[in-house]
Amino acid sequence: MEIYRAHVLVCKGTGCVASGSEPIMEAFQKELEKKGLSKEVKVVQTGCLGLCELGPNVLIYPEGSYYCTVKTEDVPEIVEEHLLKGRIVERLLYKERDTKERFRSLMDIDFYKRQKRIALRHCGLINPEIIEEYIANDGYRALGKALTEMTPQGVIDEIKKSGLRGRGGGGFPTGVKWQFAADAQGDIKYVVCNADEGDPGAFMDRSILEGDPHTVLEAMAIAGYAIGASEGYIYVRAEYPIAVKRLEIAIEQARNHGLLGKNILGTEFSFDIFIRLGSGAFVCGEETALLASVEGRRGEPRPRPPFPANKGLWDKPTIINNVETYANIPEIILQGADWFSNIGSEKSKGTKVFAVGGKINHTGLVEIPMGTTLKEVIYDIGGGIPNNKKFKAVQTGGPSGGCLPASLLDMPIEYDTLIQAGSMMGSGGMIVVDEDTCMVDIAKFFLTFTQEESCGKCPPCRIGTKRMLEILERITNGEGREGDIELLENLAKSIKASALCGLGQTAPNPVLSTLRYFRDEYEAHIKDKKCPAGGCQALIHYEVVADKCKGCGMCVKVCPTQAISGERRKPHEIDLDKCIKCNSCYDRCPFGAIVKL
Amino acid sequence: MPVIKSMEELEKIRKQAKDMINLRVDNETKTRIVVGMGTCGIAAGARPVMLAILDELKKRNITNVIVTETGCIGLCQYEPLVDVIQPDHPKVTYVNMNPEKAREIVVKHIINNQVVDEYVVPNI
Repeated sequence: MEIYRAHVLVCKGTGCVASGSEPIMEAFQKELEKKGLSKEVKVVQTGCLGLCELGPNVLIYPEGSYYCTVKTEDVPEIVEEHLLKGRIVERLLYKERDTKERFRSLMDIDFYKRQKRIALRHCGLINPEIIEEYIANDGYRALGKALTEMTPQGVIDEIKKSGLRGRGGGGFPTGVKWQFAADAQGDIKYVVCNADEGDPGAFMDRSILEGDPHTVLEAMAIAGYAIGASEGYIYVRAEYPIAVKRLEIAIEQARNHGLLGKNILGTEFSFDIFIRLGSGAFVCGEETALLASVEGRRGEPRPRPPFPANKGLWDKPTIINNVETYANIPEIILQGADWFSNIGSEKSKGTKVFAVGGKINHTGLVEIPMGTTLKEVIYDIGGGIPNNKKFKAVQTGGPSGGCLPASLLDMPIEYDTLIQAGSMMGSGGMIVVDEDTCMVDIAKFFLTFTQEESCGKCPPCRIGTKRMLEILERITNGEGREGDIELLENLAKSIKASALCGLGQTAPNPVLSTLRYFRDEYEAHIKDKKCPAGGCQALIHYEVVADKCKGCGMCVKVCPTQAISGERRKPHEIDLDKCIKCNSCYDRCPFGAIVKL
Repeated sequence: MPVIKSMEELEKIRKQAKDMINLRVDNETKTRIVVGMGTCGIAAGARPVMLAILDELKKRNITNVIVTETGCIGLCQYEPLVDVIQPDHPKVTYVNMNPEKAREIVVKHIINNQVVDEYVVPNI
């Protein structure tokens, strides 16, 4: 075996690949070759580290130096200074936003210090395409322990005791689900992994598949043993090419080493896994629609019961769990249910991964113990709101969730508290909006998404969401009528009660939660024909404040339609007929002399 | 890697594979060998010294030791310098290293835990 004195870890998750990590990895290999260091320093590709905003990310061990926003031009300097001479390149190290303090080790920075990584435990630390690196980190030991030391019922009891709940949306207790499938009559049973991650902005499942694919395979095999299944299917979006490729490699490796296939680890247990590609329909994340799609039928939901645990894939008992749920399983088996249930809060155990995005300084992936407050995630880990703007709301749970206002920032993040507040855990999207965002517009955005993704099978969702969207559109266009709010509430209630599947039942949530916390904004739109946040184009116009305008002409230069005129050093004017409300002058004015009204 | 047929085989492969990645975990508690790689060190032949250390460690299959470099610490006439830093022990600095002496240090100091007094930095 080769021994290397240093490892250069280059993030090859989708985020960093998009910001250019592939040429960087090649540059490292070339530069090390040139300096004759390639026998001493190993270049390793890894999955997502979480701080995607600062990509491409490079981590160098043994020091644990965390270099961010690395460019190919920086590579020779890192090789020469750090890897040859042992001098860390300070200027490229991560620096904390407030204190500008630079850190030499990854785990010292605020973003990571406050996280607890279980589902993401290997992401960014191992090469996902090399099975040995997974095995070195206790990989497949949980499967071995389950097969040799535990009965199938013992495995189910352990998962039940751990308190693990589904991480994909509904939050159903995983162990109970497994028990149903184990108790169901049938010679053939199936294990399915839901990797059809569809919430806008959520990418934890993709990151787990890209960074640690074996953990999902191992967990599915454990689930197969527990319920008595010998086949598993992973339903993954075709839009995730890197995840699909790494899954294929992982399945191939696991088969070659006898960790999938016949008589795993010399036991009687046999299990194999196959991939099915989804084509990006949001509704296929709903379990019955997903199963239909795996079978090759049109991806449409059907009424439940019967639940998949009794009648699932090809009408056989089936369990469906989400990627992140599976990623927790091996650790629970290895470390025990008590260990897991000690993490988190009273009713919600363990951790949850959130994809934090929107108006926040550190967009990226964070994993926190349940019960952490929204404030800690947004301010302590996420670094707060950029440009000194005020926090307005956070949208959790994707298009099925809701918007929570500043007054709820101290709320602990748990399944039940979120539902009480009118939102939900969902798959863990977290979109932060600041004072410049119109809440009616946000509701419209999410409803546009669900409306477009409605499969059309049931009328409440197909027609109801369409009518709701039309009302929101007229409100944001300044044509809102008295009684529109009540009509929205009425429609929302009916859709929630009568839609066929989760997509329809939760589609009104963004509207209901914004109505609950930001009703005054709706009223301002309808009664005063004003958008208080200045987000709805139809309801605003721009004006020059004569006192503040110094006549510098900056706005004249940026205006694409020559709508601004005026003499130099004298207050300017905006021709509202020509103005297309592009906001350029507002952004450009150095004196704050242009206002949105 | 062959087909894994039992827990024992899995364990064996895990132990081997661990050596491959243990550079990435828990580096605070490991012994560090630091080679002076300033311009002075490189000119005096620090590269062959480092390569000899790496080679010797590899030959003896020692993976829980970190080999790293540092810049000039001012004792240029004594280069190549090699520091051995063990947790809970004072730092030992060896001077005027060459590949043969470096290999000796790996054997005596790292493996047998005996400081090689004749090579340590003199009182100046």
